[in-house]
Amino acid sequence: MDGNSETSTGGAAMTLDAKIPAGPLVEKWERHKFEMKLVNPANKRKFHCIIVGSGLAGASAAATLAELGYNVECFCYQDSPRRAHSIAAQGGINAAKNYQNDGDSVFRLFYDTVKGGDFRSREANVYRLAQVSGSIIDQCVAQGVPFAREYGGNLTNRSFGGALVSRTFYARGQTGQQLLLGAYQALCRQIDAGNVKMFPRTEMLELVLVNGKARGIVVRNLVTGKISSHAADAIVLATGGYSNVFFLSTNAVGCNTTAIFRAYKKGALFANPCFTQIHPTCIPVSGDHQSKLTLMSESLRNDGRIWVPKKAGDKREPQAIPEADRDYVLERKYPTYGNLAPRDIASRAAKQVCDEGRGVGPSGLGVYLDFSEAISRLTEHTVRERYGNLFQMYEKITGENPYRMPMRIFPAPHYTMGGLWVDYNLMSNIPGLHVVGEANFSDHGANRLGASALMQGLADGYFILPYTLGHYFASTKPEKVDSSHAEFRKAEEEVRERLKKFLSIRGKRTTTSFHRELGQLMWNECGMSRTDASLRKALQRIPEIREEFWRNLDVLGSHDELNTSLERAGRVADFIELAELICQDALHRTESCGGHFREESQTEEGEALRDDDHFCYVAAWEHQGVGKPPSLHKEALQFENVHLAQRNYK
Amino acid sequence: MTDKVQRITSVFSSSIGKKLIVAFTGVILTGFVVGHMLGNLQVFLGQDKFNTYASFLQGLGELLYVVRGMLLLAVILHIYFSIKLALENREARPIPYAVKKYREASYASRTMHYSGIIVFAFIVYHILHFTLGKVHPQYYHYIDPKGRHDVYSMVILSFRNPLISGTYIVSMFLLAWHLSHGFSSLFQTLGLNNARLRPVLGTLGTLLAWAVFAGYVSIPLAAWTGILKLPPGVLP
Amino acid sequence: MDLTLYVWRQKDAKDSGRLEKYPAKSIDPNMSFLEMLDVVNEGLIQQNIEPIAFDSDCREGICGTCSMTINGIPHGPERGTTVCQLHMRKFKDGDAIYIEPFRARAFPVLRDLITDRSAFDRIIQAGGYVSINTGGVPDGNAIPVPKVAQEEAMDAAQCIGCGACVAACKNASAMLFVSAKVSHLALLPQGAVERKRRVLNMVGQMDAESFGSCTNQYECEAVCPKEISVQFIARMNREYLQGRVLPEA
Repeated sequence: MDGNSETSTGGAAMTLDAKIPAGPLVEKWERHKFEMKLVNPANKRKFHCIIVGSGLAGASAAATLAELGYNVECFCYQDSPRRAHSIAAQGGINAAKNYQNDGDSVFRLFYDTVKGGDFRSREANVYRLAQVSGSIIDQCVAQGVPFAREYGGNLTNRSFGGALVSRTFYARGQTGQQLLLGAYQALCRQIDAGNVKMFPRTEMLELVLVNGKARGIVVRNLVTGKISSHAADAIVLATGGYSNVFFLSTNAVGCNTTAIFRAYKKGALFANPCFTQIHPTCIPVSGDHQSKLTLMSESLRNDGRIWVPKKAGDKREPQAIPEADRDYVLERKYPTYGNLAPRDIASRAAKQVCDEGRGVGPSGLGVYLDFSEAISRLTEHTVRERYGNLFQMYEKITGENPYRMPMRIFPAPHYTMGGLWVDYNLMSNIPGLHVVGEANFSDHGANRLGASALMQGLADGYFILPYTLGHYFASTKPEKVDSSHAEFRKAEEEVRERLKKFLSIRGKRTTTSFHRELGQLMWNECGMSRTDASLRKALQRIPEIREEFWRNLDVLGSHDELNTSLERAGRVADFIELAELICQDALHRTESCGGHFREESQTEEGEALRDDDHFCYVAAWEHQGVGKPPSLHKEALQFENVHLAQRNYK
Repeated sequence: MTDKVQRITSVFSSSIGKKLIVAFTGVILTGFVVGHMLGNLQVFLGQDKFNTYASFLQGLGELLYVVRGMLLLAVILHIYFSIKLALENREARPIPYAVKKYREASYASRTMHYSGIIVFAFIVYHILHFTLGKVHPQYYHYIDPKGRHDVYSMVILSFRNPLISGTYIVSMFLLAWHLSHGFSSLFQTLGLNNARLRPVLGTLGTLLAWAVFAGYVSIPLAAWTGILKLPPGVLP
Repeated sequence: MDLTLYVWRQKDAKDSGRLEKYPAKSIDPNMSFLEMLDVVNEGLIQQNIEPIAFDSDCREGICGTCSMTINGIPHGPERGTTVCQLHMRKFKDGDAIYIEPFRARAFPVLRDLITDRSAFDRIIQAGGYVSINTGGVPDGNAIPVPKVAQEEAMDAAQCIGCGACVAACKNASAMLFVSAKVSHLALLPQGAVERKRRVLNMVGQMDAESFGSCTNQYECEAVCPKEISVQFIARMNREYLQGRVLPEA
């Protein structure tokens, strides 16, 4: 039924089969589980799989596949799998448990996610996600994740991201940390049992295909610089998102696109790269030295009021500005939702007022998030109880006391909904190459709801990939390939050449200066709002940056030692090429949807205007060579269970 | 599974096992320190009472040797495992910091080995002096009116010697110093500590340490100032 | 502000290493400590000097990657804070700052300020988990957990595994780290089943990694960015004693 495909502009025709099982929505996954082939338990040991990344998706997949008996190798660039950036997720994880008896259900979670994603995700995938969400909570509880509890000993929930039901499970403000440690511990158990071989401080630099199938990777040991090959029967990429293309984001400084971008260059399709999420409540940039942005939980918007001065260029201290001269911008524009408007809407409103010259703080890039009304209504004690740790973090970073001065916040890149294209089995168009977690494009459409990222990563790793990967092994019977194959030698050589190239340029600019320039350009021209002109400007500038990068880069040291500049150079090189792809995707999608806002496509009130007649599809891009426009493949999206409707948060 | 079995090392080779031995023996020795002090303070009850107490202890016969044996064993184990741990701990950081600051660790806690070694040396000297009479034998051979070994006079005469009482006071200071960290530390190592007990144990440890110091040191001070008087007929 | 840095430089694990002096000029007090090092590194590269290698990732105080000893205190002068969250406004113009790697035999230096902390992973591998497979678990609410136990477990579970406890301890002991995991799991009914085996295995591995042992000075707690309490060390000692003395239930 759905999952049909269409190919346009250049490139060979390609069948983009999403392999969505037949039958009614609610039965698809059950039926598929039955129809998938199984591997004989005695044979599982003979199948090797490589997992790149050890975050929620990677660690949970590695542990579960090893428990099932497969032979697993797991790689991460961090010094320990426990440090993957999933650890930084604060808010919580959604699950359709309906523990609060407030009317939640699998269908409601499915519905909210499809709608929140602005109708750019696959119904079947999202429904499956909602179906397995409950099992994730059970699994994590059994692992010893200390979720918040009621006095009676039961799990407690909170509402999150404007949902009308309370379905978010949390462990203080460190839910991501606790879930990751749960998966990490399960992984450690399998390492101890000898079922997983772990390679920390090891970075994947190339994907190796043999006879059109993904059969291995080439990696660099980040301590010794040694390049080596690893062969397997299937490769799983769980390497997270690419928000660092903006240089400043809430991602860890090491987060990168290299693994999925190398796969893209080997023929994997990159879907919806322009769907990037900007989070509204981050601490503003304080100067040119800034290396990353820190997120403050969205929950602050429950009691804080967002405002800016009415007059542009009003540089008075916030307390000196009388009520009459303040513009509570979200309350004015969205009287129903007020300060709780969705992320993309709140972010754009902040950008708009700053563009008008009404931004606050030394850089003029910020809006006030004011708690003085909440403090006088609830008392300082209550505010401290609710947000104490966040206020403390804010004070640590800015040196300002938010109980006295309003906080200053500004949006920052946070999550990327786009990623490698995968079918219902989480396999890319390259046989054997599977992609899980934020690295794939699948479940969040054009905008991700709060507390859904953790859910998706763990759903993929614990409950979906372990089934579908078995099906791949059982149905394809991969031929024997080991790392002595000529394709590996070739790939290793390419990797070495590339590293030597970085070191031999000896130009005048550091890697960071290029990354910063690229990020600034992307933020200005392809950030919270995009226009035909801005995107064309970026598409003209990026090739120039790329050209200068390969001519004027300065990386010291050698490739056979621990060399952090060299690591970064490789990542930035890929970001530069990815940036071009993002802009191309953003330029082609002339509608506004979710995190992608095209100024040309808005309602009279300035809201995002979707164009379902022309853009109700997944845009999957195929690499055609550096500097050449990629070719577009479309996977049409069909909505049979949720009706396409314009979002309205007035 | 074989490697797991190997991981579980014997009590005597595991770090926590060794710590537990030091703590258990520490409990015994602390008990002795307190008991011995209470016994000694009977010196303030006068020559007769004090010598009665001393001869009671002497009269315990075999039991006395059992107790002494246990104390000796406790001292040996306490010292042996402390030194063993200290050597291992030193090896755990072969390259020191160029700059090192402490935030929490008390000076006492950082000098436990020095205070411990000096106190041990003092114990040896102390036994040679008061128990065996091998040093300062001139104070050892007094007999009281009931024909018993006159411990009372020996104590006062000894402490009127400034060198002896000086050594004693310094050693008692180091003992208290050792206990001021050691006492609360025992509870922590034996697992008898939690958030509520912690400040209580800390205060209790300090109080106990300085009570022990005051108790022991009161004797030489009393002897020195004449509060403790020599019995008639005993000449310095 | 202008500062003078004395930074430990060491080419690789075999090199003996030394402190090098670098000026850090025109530092903005709003910079984080690591951003200050970024700026110094950019300057070093321009002078053809290889940049100072240091570990960092999330830069928001949760991943536990950043690790350095600043003026003799792991993670620097501000309590309850990782280096990445330490800001230069905590220093004064003209300050001399000594920056050294976390020092312990179990954490060999790989380069400059980067150390190998994989010993911590091996301790977790020795038993820092609940031995269950994916699937086949009861409903989340089928195992009631007293709120007090859950809160205390969470106090222990928030350890970020940075190793500052080891770096601060006079004995380079890992007991705060190990006890946090032992306590987290022992406090919950899910983890209590295999508590004895777990504590014995984890302590065995801790000893095999040549960490020192605790002498109850509590420097670890004083530098811990998550301010994890030493009461968990007492709990681990108790768990260990019980694991030794009592038969496995």
